Amino acid sequence: MNVLADFYAAHSKLIDQVGIDALLALSLSISLQAGQLALAQAAFMGVAAYISAILALDAHWSLLPAMLVAALCSTIVAGLLALPVRRLRGIFLAIATIAFGEIVRIVANNLTISGGAEGLSGIPADATTPWIYGTLVVVSIALWLFSRTKFALAIALVREDENAARGVGVDVGLVRFTTLAIGGTIAGLAGALYAHSNFFITPADFGFGRMEQILVWCVIGGITSPLGAAIGAALLTILPEAIRFLADYRDFVNGAILLVVVLFAPQGLAGIRFGKRG
Amino acid sequence: MVGQQLVNGLFLGAVYALFAIGYTLVFGVLDILNLAHAAIFMLAAFATWSLLGAGAPLWLAAPVAIAGAGILGIILDRIAFAPLRRRAAPNLIPLISSIGMAIIFGAIARAIYGPDERKFTLGFLDAAPLHAGPLTFTIVQLVILGSAIAFMLGLAWVMRATALGRAIRAVAEDRIAAALLGIDLERTIGATFFIASALGGLAGILTALQYNSVQVDMGAQIELKGLAVIVLGGMGSITGAVIGGFVIGMVETLAIALGLSGWSDAISYGVMFVILILRPTGLFGKRTLRTA
Repeated sequence: MNVLADFYAAHSKLIDQVGIDALLALSLSISLQAGQLALAQAAFMGVAAYISAILALDAHWSLLPAMLVAALCSTIVAGLLALPVRRLRGIFLAIATIAFGEIVRIVANNLTISGGAEGLSGIPADATTPWIYGTLVVVSIALWLFSRTKFALAIALVREDENAARGVGVDVGLVRFTTLAIGGTIAGLAGALYAHSNFFITPADFGFGRMEQILVWCVIGGITSPLGAAIGAALLTILPEAIRFLADYRDFVNGAILLVVVLFAPQGLAGIRFGKRG
Repeated sequence: MVGQQLVNGLFLGAVYALFAIGYTLVFGVLDILNLAHAAIFMLAAFATWSLLGAGAPLWLAAPVAIAGAGILGIILDRIAFAPLRRRAAPNLIPLISSIGMAIIFGAIARAIYGPDERKFTLGFLDAAPLHAGPLTFTIVQLVILGSAIAFMLGLAWVMRATALGRAIRAVAEDRIAAALLGIDLERTIGATFFIASALGGLAGILTALQYNSVQVDMGAQIELKGLAVIVLGGMGSITGAVIGGFVIGMVETLAIALGLSGWSDAISYGVMFVILILRPTGLFGKRTLRTA
């Protein structure tokens, strides 16, 4: 047990980060499973991170209610985003959601309540490892139960062939709305946990770079597999830390792994059909 | 004053347009978004800085760096896109492999140059600004506008009057039909990447000269701003990218003049979002929105 305790003491920061990253990967993988490349997860995460931080700092809320209210807000934001973009497909959806994410970041950069470019600091660090992994377990169980419903079948059908899905009576609009909203909820939980385990947050934490990172995890893990996405996140978060001599080449290793997976291991990607060639 | 801001917008817009032409050329021909474009933009600026440091004059360093950017574009295509073309992967897979290349390019630049900002030691960068009536501008800005317009005219000539330009347009229109007509697809695509990346490289060099600053992260803003430009102009349209670039450049400088400097980027992205919703083909896009 001492070995375990020592290991935890030395790596608790990294372990927490792995849990949060896995949640973020799960949140994007829901949209990807429906064949939707909606790239606003970093923004949902940011919305919830700021709201939970403000609730904790200004209203002295404890972690659980702050986290739940923040995730509710990010769900609503995701749902509201889903309405205007409902007709966009493929690359157009990706670009529109990237634009939305940038707008959210710029808003956070300019508002007084969010502390501008300097962000918010002094957030109580009460999102401990049990909180983070407890959330991960609850989300995983919920997603597993969800995957056994008929609705999950409809999601897979929309990914494989949208017209066929319509033909058998699947409400494609509802699938798109629901997957984005669920992604908003999970990203929101991750954002609140992030804020409450990092002491301070800035708008730059939730920019396009973060979004790219989440996408990379999902691709490496296998786009249609939530478990794969979570493992991809864990792997890429741990790898550069675990192999010290690679620490200086962290970005290079990330990029190289991504490229190798995309080029040589298409099985992880084989199931998706984001958009047909014109 | 508004006139001065419009002039400033012209200089900013020229760089946006150059950068966005590269995006839109590749999108028009291949239907893919090349997110490594901003990394080449940055690498060309560093290459120029290094060449100047080695004693080369700017008139030599810049063209060499631009050609290098073009060649890098061809290499990018061979590594990240050509293998995917052969197995007809869905068109968002190349988007992801281009992110991989962007990360690798960034890591290489960081390994060579580190995170610090680099500056040029060129006399004309510090020259006194020029006055024309009520308007003020610098020699650098004239260099930017002059070279941007020269390259745009050159591109227009290539696209309209040369066999290569006709081949590029034919491939953009219908790849299979173009191949049946005897056009060498891989050569045409390679040439497209060379032109697109060379223009992106030029945009990077001009941006570095304008702010007298070269940095590994210098492409982060224009990467997404370029998206706003081609969405506004119509994805795949070169004319659209030029006009979109100048419009976005002027809107941003006007927003700054109105005291909205913190919000100017949000205006660009807001325009981009609204256009995607209301008119996804943009101002000049003739392609219909792919619905599947």
